[in-house]
Amino acid sequence: MVAICCGLDKLQNHQCWPLCCFAINVLTLMLQPPPAKYGGRHTVTLIPGDGIGPELLGHVREVFRFSCVPVDFEVVNVNSALETEVDINNAITAIRRNGVALKGNIETKHTMPPSVKSRNNVLRTSLDLYANVMHCQSLPGVQTRHKNIDIMIIRENTEGEYSSLEHESVSGVVESLKIITRNNSLRIADYAFRLAREKGRRRVTAVHKANIMKLGDGLFLQCCREVASGYPDITFDSMIVDNTTMQLVSKPQQFDVMVMPNLYGNVVSNVCAGLVGGPGLVPGANYGRDYAVFETATRNTGKSIADRNIANPTAMLLASCMMLDHLKLFDYASSIRNAVLTTMNETRLHTADIGGQGTTSEVVQSVMRIIQSKGQLTAEL
Amino acid sequence: SLNVRKLFQFNFVYRMQTVTLIPGDGIGPEISTAVMKIFEAAKAPIRWEERNVTAIKGPGGKWMIPPDAKESMDRSKIGLKGPLKTPIAAGHPSMNLLLRKTFDLYANVRPCISIEGYKTPYTDVNLVTIRENTEGEYSGIEHVIVDGVVQSIKLITEEASRRIAEYAFEYARNNQRNSVTAVHKANIMRMSDGLFLRKCREVAENYKDIKFTEMYLDTVCLNMVQDPTQFDVLVMPNLYGDILSDLCAGLIGGLGVTPSGNIGANGVAIFESVHGTAPDIAGLDMANPTALLLSAVMMLRHMGLHDHAHKIQMACFDTIRDKKVLTKDLGGNSKCSEFTAEICRRVQDLE
Repeated sequence: MVAICCGLDKLQNHQCWPLCCFAINVLTLMLQPPPAKYGGRHTVTLIPGDGIGPELLGHVREVFRFSCVPVDFEVVNVNSALETEVDINNAITAIRRNGVALKGNIETKHTMPPSVKSRNNVLRTSLDLYANVMHCQSLPGVQTRHKNIDIMIIRENTEGEYSSLEHESVSGVVESLKIITRNNSLRIADYAFRLAREKGRRRVTAVHKANIMKLGDGLFLQCCREVASGYPDITFDSMIVDNTTMQLVSKPQQFDVMVMPNLYGNVVSNVCAGLVGGPGLVPGANYGRDYAVFETATRNTGKSIADRNIANPTAMLLASCMMLDHLKLFDYASSIRNAVLTTMNETRLHTADIGGQGTTSEVVQSVMRIIQSKGQLTAEL
Repeated sequence: SLNVRKLFQFNFVYRMQTVTLIPGDGIGPEISTAVMKIFEAAKAPIRWEERNVTAIKGPGGKWMIPPDAKESMDRSKIGLKGPLKTPIAAGHPSMNLLLRKTFDLYANVRPCISIEGYKTPYTDVNLVTIRENTEGEYSGIEHVIVDGVVQSIKLITEEASRRIAEYAFEYARNNQRNSVTAVHKANIMRMSDGLFLRKCREVAENYKDIKFTEMYLDTVCLNMVQDPTQFDVLVMPNLYGDILSDLCAGLIGGLGVTPSGNIGANGVAIFESVHGTAPDIAGLDMANPTALLLSAVMMLRHMGLHDHAHKIQMACFDTIRDKKVLTKDLGGNSKCSEFTAEICRRVQDLE
């Protein structure tokens, strides 16, 4: 199996590619988190990013230190004001070394020339983090217009409209290429169905615009159908993206698991995050074959609320819990997650974005107090 | 006294204007009839010219709309269209696409205003989406590079971007709107959306009375479902416009109550209902004419007939708010003809 994976790129056009796909997928199922080094402690790359990233990740470190979580952070700063790629390449190397990362959003400045690509995108494509997973759940403590939402969104994370292939063929005419490949579509569809089965979900909906983009989204849809035939216990249907957004704002309870290409994923995940209460609440994860990077689901820089102690730390804390689950540190993950959700739903200590008056540090203090009260080993408050 | 009143009414004689009416398929004919009845009750100075736009093969072998339809549109410059069937395996492209190409309908305008009396989780929505309708992601240029790799081309041109931006600001000015927001994804699509954004900024320089802002598509989606009142006029390229305009339609109650207008070059404007043909209820007097009626009201405003527009809109909204006579999709069990008659009665009362 290792030999097959080594010859991966040569085999892509080979006839036994479907078999190789299967083999690779089995390998992914068995994906082990990076082994703990240096006395049972994991090392995780931390990329603070811009805006509210640094302060929120600072709080994550505070909570980890307090709860005696056996994780050390390797901090790599990426300066978004520079045009060179040195910083982001360092970050990518660090993630390759450690296998896992927690990051804030890196700003993309419009004043730079178009050759300077979005750093977040470069990170995702270089590490081949092909699946972006987001779980949107209504929280009882948050006032929203819609209740009982429970949607898992799986978004293709490396190709589609985010291929960053653009050129100006004639002055005043710009072409941007959207690439859809069979391999990546099969891969993401397979990931979606496997995850649905693992979590006991009943239905997968593919979101597309194949009535207009017949070849591109048509290929994506076809791949989803192929994969769906191998999972007869899970219902598969499809919906056009504009109808999807309309249904989401009127009856979001009808959706279970959704799988889609990159740009529609961007739209749908932001709509769903808004429906359950906003960008401060939902964590997101980017999974590849070998690496995993955790961040907030809607990837906002939050420049306008940076350094004012009003940002909502929930999304980042929950993302760090997802990371702990990935590292198989389940007890620590549930302890922190439980404390965050108790603060949100029972204590009802809310920050401004969900209508409260609490500050970021108050919420974090509350989380730490709850962890301590459960009797676990903690540092001084 | 009745004769004296009638004499006074004739003092305001509006010039009769011709409008090309395309009833469409399915429920199209019945809702078109409903609109014509209501306009008659409101004494709107409109002369309807009914035309069919089923595609025919032209002399060069190219598909085109029938010449009498084209001639009528070119002459009247204003059109009202019902829903058209999407042809599957008919050999010709969709009629909507043909109309768009024939008249160069470059702007799709959808005002989304909450209808009092038709409850949705969102109240106080009052925004307009203006979508570039000719290029962008819907250029239709796709290729299979190698087996298993497909490339779709998104085209953004300076000319089209400038044109749509200018229309957006003109619309904002003519309709007393305060701000225009350009929706884009220029952090990822640096060159294409970057060009769109640049053109919007340039045009904004000539409209200093209107506030111009820029926002990422994902941020707009996020904020739209939390607080839609913060948005006013939104201008954007084709795909984002498609998604956002349907999202906004969902906020106010769906395609059955959303008006829409398409603006073309050479002063042509076609107003339409954007819902489907609903073949399952066609001919059963169950259809809801609200979407087509509100589009017709948009048309009256475009033509400068604000009094009639206001009267008809008020009658329609009052009927819905009253909840006594509503079609099935609005939550009642009245027939389409009953709903229409009720609106006609209210329009006449408003005289």
